[in-house]
Amino acid sequence: MRHISDKALTRLRNSAALPDLSGTRYRLLGQVARGGMGTVYAAQDEPLQRRVALKVLEVPGSEGELANRLMREARVLARLEHPGIVPVHDVGTLADGRVFYTMKFVEGQRLDKYIESLASIPDRLRILLRICDAVAFAHMRGVLHRDLKPANVMVGSFGEVLVMDWGLAKILADAPETEACNPAAAILHSPGNRQKDATVSGITGHGRVMGTQGYMSPEQARGEIESLDARSDIFSLGALLRFLLSDKLPLRSPARPYRSLEAICAKACEQKREGRYATVQELAMDISRYLEGLAVAAHRESIFEKLGRSYRRYRFFIFLIAAYLLTRVILLLVFKHGR
Amino acid sequence: MNKVLLGLVLGALLGAIDGSTAWFTPAVRAQLAGIIVGSTIKGLIAGVAAGIFARKVNSVTLGVLFGLAVGFALAFLVAYLQHGYYLEIILPGSIVGMIVGYATQKYGMTPATAP
Repeated sequence: MRHISDKALTRLRNSAALPDLSGTRYRLLGQVARGGMGTVYAAQDEPLQRRVALKVLEVPGSEGELANRLMREARVLARLEHPGIVPVHDVGTLADGRVFYTMKFVEGQRLDKYIESLASIPDRLRILLRICDAVAFAHMRGVLHRDLKPANVMVGSFGEVLVMDWGLAKILADAPETEACNPAAAILHSPGNRQKDATVSGITGHGRVMGTQGYMSPEQARGEIESLDARSDIFSLGALLRFLLSDKLPLRSPARPYRSLEAICAKACEQKREGRYATVQELAMDISRYLEGLAVAAHRESIFEKLGRSYRRYRFFIFLIAAYLLTRVILLLVFKHGR
Repeated sequence: MNKVLLGLVLGALLGAIDGSTAWFTPAVRAQLAGIIVGSTIKGLIAGVAAGIFARKVNSVTLGVLFGLAVGFALAFLVAYLQHGYYLEIILPGSIVGMIVGYATQKYGMTPATAP
């Protein structure tokens, strides 16, 4: 009897885990990432000659809970056609019985890596505005993301911002079809695969806890799935804002966060959802107002803060007026004595 | 306010104020009304030009430089026609041009495009 080496065994196991793409239009290129319920591969769409991302379920069968969830994720993505949301191309079952869907292959960096090269706060805020835009669109279509965090945002090579991983999304409009009555759809990321993000898995009195610690709202952390609304994602966006303001900012950055930005963060991350922004648009509006040097709704300014903000906003204009007045005075003094 | 209208109003206003500073020069105080009218027209032309430029080019730096150039050119023309007061007319006139150029770029509204 011949023994097989560990190395050969691992190789065999890996090749057995690879999806069987025979009979499909795709050719496997390599593994990209491993998620809670499936693995994402890079594949070549042969007829169209383009690279796509192929998400395949780990286990075979198109009837199980995970299969339903993957299909649901694909359907959620399909209803969200927006430049800030990764588009789904195709869905189906492979020859080996595993459910898959293909989506746009995004070449870029995750937000947490990308912002290391982004020193200015306004640039970081502009990225958050684009995330808000995508999330607001999803809310308009009745979809909550429920797992917004830096690892789930990709910044493409042309600066495009894409919100990824809608696996935990909740469809508000037809909630009875989702996890409210289908516990299978509420399965969390498996802890083993998401340890880096500290994703929580567990059951509470009301339901399953899903999301990522530090980014999920208190009501989401309590497992109150039925009562979640747009304000839960707003909490996550507030946490994202806090991350963008605190992570690896250069010590000598001229634009350290001001009180108004901190107030926006605090309002978005209120423990009680009644205290948060009612819509993502309201949050985005406040961030835009901050970027334009205007007063924000989340913060009541003192007179000195108002003056400081006005000075920052109009400083070049003030400089020009001062230059004009100074020129006039100098000319007056010089020519009064000269002529 | 749209860029051209803002340029027109601000240019005329600053032109009038600029012209009225001639009151501090006793030698020309008698012609004050004419100077104010001329300076207002000069500011108005510079403002409209800066507003039209701001509609076509979206750049604060270029807007300020354009305002400076227009302000300088118009002020030079006025000084040349007056055969004097070159510095007193050109220097403030150029700064007024810069102010109008900056304001039209920064604070003027772009008209909404039809859907």
